[in-house]
Amino acid sequence: MKEELFVSGRSIPNIDPNLNIWHWQIPMYLFLGGLAAGILFFAGVFTILGKEHKMRATVKMAPLVVPAALVVGLFMLFLDLKHKLFFWQLYTTIRLESPMSWGAWVLMLITPLSILWAASYLTELFPGWDWRYKVLKDFEGWLIKNRVSLAWPMTILSVILGIYTGILLSAFNARPLWNTSILGPLFLVSGMSTGAAVILLMSKDHKERKIIGRIDILLIIIELFLITHLLMGYQAGSEAQINAAALFLGGSFTAPFFTFVVLLGLILPALLETMELRGWSVPVIIPALLVLAGGLIFRFLMVEAGQLTRYLY
Amino acid sequence: MRYAMAIDTRKCVGCSDCVVACQTENNVPVGFCRDWVTEVVEGTYPNVSIELRSERCNHCDNSPCVRCCPTGASHIEEGGVVLVTHHKCIGCGACIQSCPYKARYSHPEGYVDKCTFCIHRVREGLDPACASVCPTKCIYFGDLDDPNAKLVTVLKNRKFKSLAPEAGTKPQIFYLL
Repeated sequence: MKEELFVSGRSIPNIDPNLNIWHWQIPMYLFLGGLAAGILFFAGVFTILGKEHKMRATVKMAPLVVPAALVVGLFMLFLDLKHKLFFWQLYTTIRLESPMSWGAWVLMLITPLSILWAASYLTELFPGWDWRYKVLKDFEGWLIKNRVSLAWPMTILSVILGIYTGILLSAFNARPLWNTSILGPLFLVSGMSTGAAVILLMSKDHKERKIIGRIDILLIIIELFLITHLLMGYQAGSEAQINAAALFLGGSFTAPFFTFVVLLGLILPALLETMELRGWSVPVIIPALLVLAGGLIFRFLMVEAGQLTRYLY
Repeated sequence: MRYAMAIDTRKCVGCSDCVVACQTENNVPVGFCRDWVTEVVEGTYPNVSIELRSERCNHCDNSPCVRCCPTGASHIEEGGVVLVTHHKCIGCGACIQSCPYKARYSHPEGYVDKCTFCIHRVREGLDPACASVCPTKCIYFGDLDDPNAKLVTVLKNRKFKSLAPEAGTKPQIFYLL
């Protein structure tokens, strides 16, 4: 028998008995950041490929959602801070060792960029739109002329943003569930998949839906592979990581994870999207909403479960 | 100069005087603590062993909390002491997540707080509050680079361990066995 107790008594709020310092704001932010990264990535790539007229929803419409997603996401991060009035300290320094620091700077760059991108399509999407001032009209003209040059930094930054949502967690050695380098690519792919789902919801064009649907199926397959790889990696790891994996392989997170994330959030939408490609008529809203819900629940489970895992000594 | 602590698990009686001294010295808010005493009981009667450990921030050489801090509020001061500059801390909680020892907490005023090795006392030539009140004198505080320090002698003559060294943090609190 081995028993450990604090003889001096210890019950610090949000720390004892289990760490619970990050609440719903962080997974919400990770979800919105990943979704925004996914949309901007597709918008950038299809612009660079010169397909913006064929991919109307991808390049022009879905990016309208991004500024809102990023601003709400940033607000979530702000809500999570305990020393709120000092948040500006984030922008007094760049600390490359700290994922949170360079993540904050990437957000500082990509948020205005996404606003400019969305603004440059307003006149085209809403014929009645009027910028009123000549300066704004000139600026719009400049943006439209330089779209491809803007698409490059946007695509690169969107990949960094997508990976960052995973690296934010994986940088913590002390939380064995998070401390795996698979988490960066996994969150990136999952974010792209949720971005594709938003595009599917907004697109009215059958051809475009077919292309994005195919990409989404591929992303889901990669995601399933990465999740398998993740669980295998824990099992081959140290005791701390084996204990972490046990939460998902028989422990209290097993049922929600395999039901809502793997089955309803990945396998079922992939099947439905494949059926649609084969000519069955499936309302696109069903697989798209399943992917979105799965992505959100996945982030909630990872943040919650990760805080339960620790080194034993 | 490298400040460190050796704590004798065979002399500690678990009285928690170090905890109260710290709370008083550092005005730690009620319900929080910067150090605490852990009791590990192994075996079944009559073959039982007990280890008592007065735990606190390990002032790690490779401190994950300093690495992940986005503003540089968590930093390393003279002698390797890990401190938090309150007016630079945004309370994001990254350092709390990064600590394998649960040594940090969110102060009710918003910033993150932790053991300072009572650096304000050490600068005046005093021992940290926990070490100076210990009734069994089981806490040895000192400079690892000072060959005459009691700390260096006990670490030379006794077996010791540190907590979760596999986390790669290079902790600087040593438990004499």
